[in-house]
Amino acid sequence: MLQKEGQVRIPSGCAIAAVISKTGEKIGGEKIVAGIRTMHERSNGLGGGFAGYGIYPDYKDFYALHVFYDDNGARTDCENALKDLFEIVKAENIPTRKNPAIKDAPLIWRYFVAPLPSRVAAMQIDEREFVARAVTRINSTFRGAYIFSSGKNTGTFKAVGFPEEVADFYRLEDYAGYSWTAHGRYPTNTPGWWGGAHPFSLLDWSVVHNGEISSYDTNRRFIEMFGYKCHLKTDTEVITYIFDYLVRRQGMTLREASSVVAAPFWTTIARKPEEEQRELTYIRNMFSGLLITGPFSIVLGFSGGLLALNDRLKLRSMVVAEKGNTTYIASEEAAIRAMEPDLDSIRSPMGGEPVIVTVNKGVLEDGN
Amino acid sequence: MKIDASLYTHRALNDLLRSRTDETSVENCLGLRFIGSGLSHGTVLIDGVPGNALGAYLDGAKIIVNGNAQDAVGDTMNKGEIIIRGNVGDAAGYAMRGGEIYVEKNAGYRVGIHMKAYKNNRPALIIGGRAGSFLGEYQAGGFIIVLGLNDDGMPIVGNFPCTGMHGGKMFLRSDCRDVFFPEQVTARPAGAEDMAEIKPYLEKFCDAFHYNPSFIENAPFTVVTPDTQNPYKQMYVAN
Amino acid sequence: MGIDFISAEFDVVRDDARCTRCRVCEKQCANGVHAYDEKNRRMTADETKCVNCQRCVAFCPTRAIKIVRNPNTFRDNANWTASVVNEIYKQASKPGVLLSSMGAPKNLPVYFDRILINASQVTNPPIDPLREPMETRVFLGKKPEKIRRRPDGRLDCALEPQLELALPILFSGMSYGSVSYNVHKALATAARETGTLYNTGEGGLHKDFYAYGANTIVQVASGRFGVHKDYLEAGAAIEIKMGQGAKPGIGGHLTGAKVSGDVSATRMIPEGSDAISPAPHHDIYSIEDLRQLVYSLKEATAYKKPVIVKVAAVHNIAAIASGIARSGADIIAIDGYRGGTGAAPTRIRDNVGIPIELALAAVDQRLRDEGIRNNVSLIVSGSIRTAADVVKAVALGADACAIGTAALLAMGCRLCRSCHTGKCNWGIATQDPALVARLNPDIAARRLINLLTAWNREIKELMGGMGINSIEALRGNRLMLRGVGLNEKELEILGIAHAGE
Repeated sequence: MLQKEGQVRIPSGCAIAAVISKTGEKIGGEKIVAGIRTMHERSNGLGGGFAGYGIYPDYKDFYALHVFYDDNGARTDCENALKDLFEIVKAENIPTRKNPAIKDAPLIWRYFVAPLPSRVAAMQIDEREFVARAVTRINSTFRGAYIFSSGKNTGTFKAVGFPEEVADFYRLEDYAGYSWTAHGRYPTNTPGWWGGAHPFSLLDWSVVHNGEISSYDTNRRFIEMFGYKCHLKTDTEVITYIFDYLVRRQGMTLREASSVVAAPFWTTIARKPEEEQRELTYIRNMFSGLLITGPFSIVLGFSGGLLALNDRLKLRSMVVAEKGNTTYIASEEAAIRAMEPDLDSIRSPMGGEPVIVTVNKGVLEDGN
Repeated sequence: MKIDASLYTHRALNDLLRSRTDETSVENCLGLRFIGSGLSHGTVLIDGVPGNALGAYLDGAKIIVNGNAQDAVGDTMNKGEIIIRGNVGDAAGYAMRGGEIYVEKNAGYRVGIHMKAYKNNRPALIIGGRAGSFLGEYQAGGFIIVLGLNDDGMPIVGNFPCTGMHGGKMFLRSDCRDVFFPEQVTARPAGAEDMAEIKPYLEKFCDAFHYNPSFIENAPFTVVTPDTQNPYKQMYVAN
Repeated sequence: MGIDFISAEFDVVRDDARCTRCRVCEKQCANGVHAYDEKNRRMTADETKCVNCQRCVAFCPTRAIKIVRNPNTFRDNANWTASVVNEIYKQASKPGVLLSSMGAPKNLPVYFDRILINASQVTNPPIDPLREPMETRVFLGKKPEKIRRRPDGRLDCALEPQLELALPILFSGMSYGSVSYNVHKALATAARETGTLYNTGEGGLHKDFYAYGANTIVQVASGRFGVHKDYLEAGAAIEIKMGQGAKPGIGGHLTGAKVSGDVSATRMIPEGSDAISPAPHHDIYSIEDLRQLVYSLKEATAYKKPVIVKVAAVHNIAAIASGIARSGADIIAIDGYRGGTGAAPTRIRDNVGIPIELALAAVDQRLRDEGIRNNVSLIVSGSIRTAADVVKAVALGADACAIGTAALLAMGCRLCRSCHTGKCNWGIATQDPALVARLNPDIAARRLINLLTAWNREIKELMGGMGINSIEALRGNRLMLRGVGLNEKELEILGIAHAGE
């Protein structure tokens, strides 16, 4: 019998795309679909997905949980567990439309929740850690339930299919956000599992990724020391946890975290100014188990921004373009031109060079 | 003849190009891959962004792109000419054995990787802007010329140029003071003889992109050549 | 002869037609095997003295000599093997503990040989190590749990003292006394040249080698030979030796005969006096006492040197390592069952301890389960034979490997396992000035450098095949390993899947 993610590690190739408005303007879901559709050849119909930020302005103070259920029994069990930990202000089916290419859909539910303050206080941890642990626990212990999105004012939508089919299925054009990421998957095994599609999300982090990393088990075994559980055995999952650990738990900047996962070569470090040499050496030494080798290009989504990063050898292609206040990122230039034909500038970042784009904070707080 | 690329699959387009003997204009191109694969005759003009593997195994045809091209342009190209009025992505000219590629602006990583020469074939890759890391990795023949004509303050070439180079010549329009070359190559200021060798390519570059050839005189060129054809012999012990 | 007679293990076969009677074999053999028969004008051999060190074979100018197994045999018996029977004869003759040298020769499973390494195909690219950057630099030492920032917001890059190695290989502790001055000189030179460290063992540090301090680990063992403030400060790190893979649970004994001249001065004990290392450190009878010794050494050296605690791989090694990791030690060195020695009781060497592969896998996993793997670095040894062993060890979870036997082989050792006799014909495990002089330290150093350089190239080749271009991305990367012919329990302990899975 073929095994799904979590039972076996499945390498995959892929396409990624992203768009963000630096002024927090709303961008309709159809925009990102136009981009990812262009790279049809890079995926094989076994996984597609999107993450939108700023898409739930009416519920922006609540964690939006998107959940796949195998059946209603699993839903009842999981909902009971959720009620024990959260106040659920809204529970609903995520609206979908029939698409002949999207088959075997699980039950797909969405909950807007707030952690019960008494439970958070009892555990003596902050609210985000509480949510992260709750998600990790449900995903590892509840049969037939899988929380695939858990951030505030953000949501992940994914399925087995080509990304444009997945977008149609989820009615992505009905959503608008200040940033979007997209993924088309080319797994090398299995009929694909919905949970294994990208983006992978935890809290407001989402990761889309192209490539297969060779450092996977080193990274996994290191990060699992800190309470993370790599259920899916996918690169995106471990990359998401790495950024969560470095940024949220260690308090590193995104730029510093990028120097951990895509560290410059020692010979390159030796040519930097002394202070920078010291810092980069410290970073490589301190978090040596989190260096990622092998090909990757990723877009990391978070509240208020995106980070795009290539591996240090730049074994995957990635292009970044600007038009007015909007930044576009994709595996191929053609995907960007499909979203915006007339660009102000376009470039390929160097291997290991993080591209960090953030939304003007004021706009974010007022308008979203 | 004008063609709207959005109405074609790559297979149908290449079938059409193979049947044509004169100029074909491909418009509205957005990521269509494999254009001109193995094409031996005719001229293809492309508007838009052609997809990966443009002109792979090209065998005599001429391709002109009005805009940027993506990865693996001229992969294993044997003969012909590719002119890009913009940037190219990674691994352009991979293993090219003959023909010429002209890029007006910048090139990505691993450009000219494993370019080689054979008999009368001497491939040439001319980049007007700058090149990314691993330029000319394993270069075994032919010419790689980087002109650094853009004025954005970035280095003319990224890290690790010429690693594993064991043939051919690389020219960089720079004194290369900040460029670190591997041990098995020699970088020296280009002399008159060296410049004479690449003159035809520079002229063609100016012609293709309407540049005034004065840039040839106003900056030093560095030429890089490998010290040996067999740099790795001493790495092994018979067992 | 008679009841005590034990048939020689080897035959000396001499091709008389080739032999020129040059008597080189006679001069080269410190065991007195070869002699010249003046009357008959030919060479003779007393093969009962032969240890098969191959010295005469290597130096015979006409290649006239072969050492072969003596075909004389007892009746076949899979249970009472010839070696078992002969050992009984020896002990029936003299009531002594059997003494041996080098690593256990028994045919126990070598797990390294039942583990295969992965390579990239299609889904990610292999990397060409000859041309692309391939990094093997390793830092050993404690890493803090959290980053700290300076008042200006930048990273506070201060760390506890670290060892920086250019490659994940060090030389194991081998004391001056058990090996010769020239061996130490060669090890020190090679360590400096290749950017790694050698280890004094428990015999102190000869004054000539203080200059190599930056590439030296100074050992503190239970006998505390040669340990004083200058010694502690001379090295880049201090190793507390609790145990050794070849002889877990027992101490050491360098006979007074070997404690002469420089050995005496270096160990700081009188000439001719036995140098006895007790089995335990008598200031460590419990784990909290280890912490006391660790910190007393740190205090003595102002917290500038990482402290290594070396232990033998024994049954509950995972728990022991966890205790050490919480003792303040910066690095744990684990020496496996097959580790070498200059002298050990045969029964201990061959029957005590566990293979390093299993010990390493268990320790690495245990430290991760407890979330403290980053608090310490792991050095493993006993026995690391090839670059592939290094790669497998690192993928199982080691930060670096230490080599002893392999280094001695590079210097000429033929593994005759007779170190305890002090008559090493190759000038390695001896203090006899005439024999010591046989080892040219410059040539020996060059051979060590060659070996480490070759292994480092092979490590890079293997890493490149896996698409890994820095050694830290290999550390603990057990997905890169598969077992062949291992049972479920072995796979579970090693934390690897079976080939085909």
